[in-house]
Amino acid sequence: MISKNKNKKHVPNPEEFKEELLKKYPLKVAKKRAKGILVNDPKDTGMEIQANVRTIPGIITQRGCTYAGCKGVILGPTRDVVNIVHGPIGCSFYAWLTRRNQTKPPTAQDPNYIPYSFSTDMQDSNIVFGGEKKLKDAIQDAWDLFKPRSIAVFSTCPIGLIGDDIHAVCREKKAELGINIFGFSCEGYKGVSQSAGHHIANNKIFSDVIGIDLTLPRAGKFVINMMGEYNIGGDSFALESYFEEMGVTLKATFSGNSTIESYESAHDVDLNIVMCHRSINYIAEMMEKKYGIPWFKVNFIGAQATAKSLRRIAEYFGDEEVMAKTEALIARELESVKAVANKVKPLVQGKTAMMFVGGSRAHHYQELFRELGIETIAAGYEFAHRDDYEGRRVIPDIKIDADSRNIEELKVVKDKVSFKDSLVEKKKALKDKNFEFENYEGMMPEMSKNSLVIDDISHWESELLIEKYKPDIFCAGIKEKYVVQKNGIPLKQLHSYDYGGPYAGFVGAINFYNEMERMLCTDIWKMIDAPWKNEPVCVGSVVEE
Amino acid sequence: MDAKVINKTPFVSTRNACKMCAPLGSSLAFKGVEGCTPLIHGSQGCSTYVRRYLISHFKEPVDIASSNFTQEATIFGGGTNLKLALDNVKSQYKPKIIGISTTCLSETIGDDVSSILMDYREIPGNENTAYVHAQTPSYQGSHADGFHEAIAALVKQFARRGEANGKTVLLGGLMSPADLRYLKEVMQAMQMPFVLLPDYSETMDNPHWDEYKLIPEGGTTMEEMEEMGNARAFIQFGEVLNKGRLAGRVSGSHHVVSAGDILQKEFSVTGYHIPFPIGIDNSDLFFDALKNISGKELPAEIAKERGRLIDAYVDGHKYIFGKKAMVYGEEDFVIALTGFLTEIGIDPVIIATGGESKLFEQRIREKTGTENSIVLSGGDFEQMAEYARQIGLDLIVGHSKGYYIARELGIPMVRVGFPVHDREGGQRLLHLGYRGSNQLFDTIVNAVIQQKQDNSPVGYKYM
Ligand code: SF4
Ligand code: SF4
Repeated sequence: MISKNKNKKHVPNPEEFKEELLKKYPLKVAKKRAKGILVNDPKDTGMEIQANVRTIPGIITQRGCTYAGCKGVILGPTRDVVNIVHGPIGCSFYAWLTRRNQTKPPTAQDPNYIPYSFSTDMQDSNIVFGGEKKLKDAIQDAWDLFKPRSIAVFSTCPIGLIGDDIHAVCREKKAELGINIFGFSCEGYKGVSQSAGHHIANNKIFSDVIGIDLTLPRAGKFVINMMGEYNIGGDSFALESYFEEMGVTLKATFSGNSTIESYESAHDVDLNIVMCHRSINYIAEMMEKKYGIPWFKVNFIGAQATAKSLRRIAEYFGDEEVMAKTEALIARELESVKAVANKVKPLVQGKTAMMFVGGSRAHHYQELFRELGIETIAAGYEFAHRDDYEGRRVIPDIKIDADSRNIEELKVVKDKVSFKDSLVEKKKALKDKNFEFENYEGMMPEMSKNSLVIDDISHWESELLIEKYKPDIFCAGIKEKYVVQKNGIPLKQLHSYDYGGPYAGFVGAINFYNEMERMLCTDIWKMIDAPWKNEPVCVGSVVEE
Repeated sequence: MDAKVINKTPFVSTRNACKMCAPLGSSLAFKGVEGCTPLIHGSQGCSTYVRRYLISHFKEPVDIASSNFTQEATIFGGGTNLKLALDNVKSQYKPKIIGISTTCLSETIGDDVSSILMDYREIPGNENTAYVHAQTPSYQGSHADGFHEAIAALVKQFARRGEANGKTVLLGGLMSPADLRYLKEVMQAMQMPFVLLPDYSETMDNPHWDEYKLIPEGGTTMEEMEEMGNARAFIQFGEVLNKGRLAGRVSGSHHVVSAGDILQKEFSVTGYHIPFPIGIDNSDLFFDALKNISGKELPAEIAKERGRLIDAYVDGHKYIFGKKAMVYGEEDFVIALTGFLTEIGIDPVIIATGGESKLFEQRIREKTGTENSIVLSGGDFEQMAEYARQIGLDLIVGHSKGYYIARELGIPMVRVGFPVHDREGGQRLLHLGYRGSNQLFDTIVNAVIQQKQDNSPVGYKYM
């Protein structure tokens, strides 16, 4: 394909590469950066990566802010809540429909406020005299317009500074309007990245939404919540259909294709499955403490991974019928997956990939590439913590710094009414049979020896990486897309999917294989060099008079 | 679900804003300076969001650094962070200039950026880079204000007095790279020496490179900016510029001057203040100014372009006459567009901007000559939608954010300006001059024809 890459694979020595990379930085910065860059050894369990630490000022990062994680990621995909961003206009505008999370209200009459971007649009005088009054009015606006079930308020940086008490305002309006209104102190500076915002969002949804509705009957015989799946490009839709076919009822997804309404009774389930561990493990853990609901990690990216995850869910319930339906589904779907894999794999096998994205995708997508015989030679997360790299066993050793202290740890106690001892027993029985719960091994044990693991990669670092390693494909986001493509390497966006998808489940695997064929086998990169660059300009003879 | 239709809009909140924030504008302007790396002084999210937004329109690498405030910086001030950020930007990018924009946060804290920079310059090794600062709190103005604030800051810092150089300065507005390339082409065709500020015609619309460039080539050079002080004349496009906040609901806390004000008052350069050259009238003003400044006749090719545009107007008039349109965007852009739409026989019934200048409505009324159209200053898309549902529209002319209204009403939409992130080629849209107006005209006419054709029971293919 790319003519430049024809004669590889000369793979540079990773230690030397790391050294060269760090040379560019001032000494102090280099020392700090060195800890976030590892040459992997999957067998070495003592390897420690520095993650979830502040990006050094002036280094151009992929990361967004706490507010982006809270409003954009966690609350963004939920359709029946009006989100009001309290602050100047930009923060709200930039988060307006910019993630491709899809939603499907059951009827056209059901509420969907996702297309709206509400902002208090703070002006000079509000900054000087405070914005609480304006916020109250904005909440009233939202109520007058939509009569929504609930309203959420998000505080941005300047608000934290001027000290508006958004929670007091929310309480007041909640009492007045009689709907659920809750606020998030998710000012951008609060944390290292989006990750802090996930935690803040998890806390509030847990304390103010989950389990407040005790009136509904159980949703089905085998009921689960799916966590950390955001329905980018329709991923959740694909998975929803599998659960239905298996005979498993999906109560709520946090938060793809979701409603606040479904969260209110989401405590009444038998199991929480966790897709993106980084963004949602807090809720899963708190729900287990409060309600006794066990959780385990799943992965629906990659056909084999999907099959494995679905099987585990069926096994958890241990119901013959569910298991039989699940096996039938898997067998049928794998058949179609295989047909496409057989076509695509020979074309792309042996190529190399890099991915720097998110807090779980950089790990999950390695599965898909592996299925095509493509090796991931370098990977890293944008906003993950050490446990997402090294596995949950390191959680007790993670240093608490000033930034993590900013975020409240909720005190969770057993719920007297809704706690289910039966689930605790079920979990114990399964555990005795080596069924794993609360498990996440992280990315590093699954990556090959000498691959590079780089946390919070900077713009400049990715440029050097590309130059030296010349991967065949690079996965990241829109901010990196054109940098990488200017280097003659195709970039696949794993935040927005480049307008494609779904990539989850079996249908997702098929879509992704086809997408890889398109991207890796295109001729466009061959056209980069104009013909006159290498050949004499004039062919043929010049006739002189 | 739809918002209710309401006759008046008593709402306090902004619902689906029609403006972006100031550091986006200033950073875009800084991208138009050669060897410049923009830096946003505040928390990292602002910089990330601004980059993301610019990238989704321009589809180019856009490196903007951040000083990355922590909670402590928020309490004790961001000076240390800013200095560290400057150190690191310099070591990675080796920029000639660093263009610093302050965010709502650093402005609210009250960081004294000029004195921080003064200290910073004193440190040996730091004197070879220039540092420019635009004050851009978004609670005082939109992205358009930010854009012009940056240009003013550049002129203020670099323009020098010296020997007359006979150059003409073009002070650009929020235009596309294609527009900027067009302006340069016109100046070359007129054989007029010129300085264009800002010039992101290359940096935001790069060709594919053989070798990756940390800072893309192109942009107004420092020497050119110095020369502006001795120019023969300047042309400033638009008149709201960064004065939106002065004429807005809240008066600015500091005195706002535009780049043109500085050249005129401090350097006595003759100024021409003209609207964006969109449409015949507006373009005539531009070419007239060029003629005046240079004393030269228009090249035949440009005169022909004018002639072709008139010809096109005549041909296409029957399709669009009397069509009701909604138009929105930045103030100066919309003022010019409204003139153009009126000129071609379209009736702009809803004219909106998120900016807050009082000049806006005044100019719009002058252009349309009617009190009947709805003019929204400080407007948002929900207000527009409410009116649109009541009035009934044939066409929407504006950027991508209004698409949902076109979709709801089932009417065609012509994408112009910024941001266009649901089509390819936003960066290559040409709006200016006779040529750009002609392209715009054809696009509008064809959008109307297509609507008619698609909905026709017969399916005429000979229109
Ligand atoms: S805080 Fe201000 S500068 Fe930052 S994104 Fe929000 S509006 Fe823009
Ligand atoms: S002001 Fe704060 S909350 Fe808003 S975009 Fe910037 S960092 Fe994020």
